[in-house]
Amino acid sequence: MIPESWYLTLSAVLFTIGVVGVVIRRNPLVIFMSIELALNAANLALVAFGQRTGNPDGQALVFFVMAVAAAEAAVGLAIIVAIFRVRQRLSVDELSVMRW
Amino acid sequence: MMARVAFLLMAGIAVAAALGLVLRRNAIHGALFLVMNLGCVAALYLMLGAEFLAFAQIIVYAGAIMVLFVFAIMVLIPGKEETGPDPRKAWRLLAAPLGGALLLELVLLVASRAAAPAATGATASGSVATIGRLLFTDYLLPFELTSVLLLAAMVGVLLLARSREGTAQSQGPGPEASLRASAPPRRAEREVGVR
Repeated sequence: MIPESWYLTLSAVLFTIGVVGVVIRRNPLVIFMSIELALNAANLALVAFGQRTGNPDGQALVFFVMAVAAAEAAVGLAIIVAIFRVRQRLSVDELSVMRW
Repeated sequence: MMARVAFLLMAGIAVAAALGLVLRRNAIHGALFLVMNLGCVAALYLMLGAEFLAFAQIIVYAGAIMVLFVFAIMVLIPGKEETGPDPRKAWRLLAAPLGGALLLELVLLVASRAAAPAATGATASGSVATIGRLLFTDYLLPFELTSVLLLAAMVGVLLLARSREGTAQSQGPGPEASLRASAPPRRAEREVGVR
């Protein structure tokens, strides 16, 4: 039996890598994929916690996280495509129109 | 013992794939690394007894969502975007200490939790029957709300991704008028159409 803390440590490492990816990358598509990575790490922690307490509620929560992630990916990619149509370049450093 | 070896193998591949996603410049490589990472996490779900989630992960994440990402990468051709020198390199280097601090905090949190009361002994079943019963009884309302969310996302995506060639004149300034104002006009759009 693998200790729960192993799963949680792996989840922490993956989450950190995802957050660092969001910060250091300039390509919005890669930033999106890093967000998916972080969400996935959180899911792993949820399943590990659910296993510890012995009830499947955590797994139901992960199911909803997956559904929301699917919706988020679809809308986010549509926004990126819409921006790319008018801007031709894809770097988050140049997307500052919403900054005041 | 075997389980631990399998866990370490899967965890190593997952971390390596995550690093590959973050550090490689080519977005397509990043997408394939992410698929690898999601597959490893699905294997870990199986080791945790969450069978339904393991296969939902492969079908929904590695299948549907990543295909969407790969499509977007192929369409937008961003492979050459990050080749130039980074104008804000000093700021991005800050990510290393900040990420290290975050990791330290999370690991400390895990270590402090390790002293908490041990598992009850009962293992949660993650079979399709268990999760399905749970979703359609206790979590029925959130489940139905999920369908509304997905419908809203679908309508929103259609609105965002709709081609504006024919409707641009009749509709007046759209939501991206401010974007267009600071972009090279017209020629850019035509090139996209050709490509």
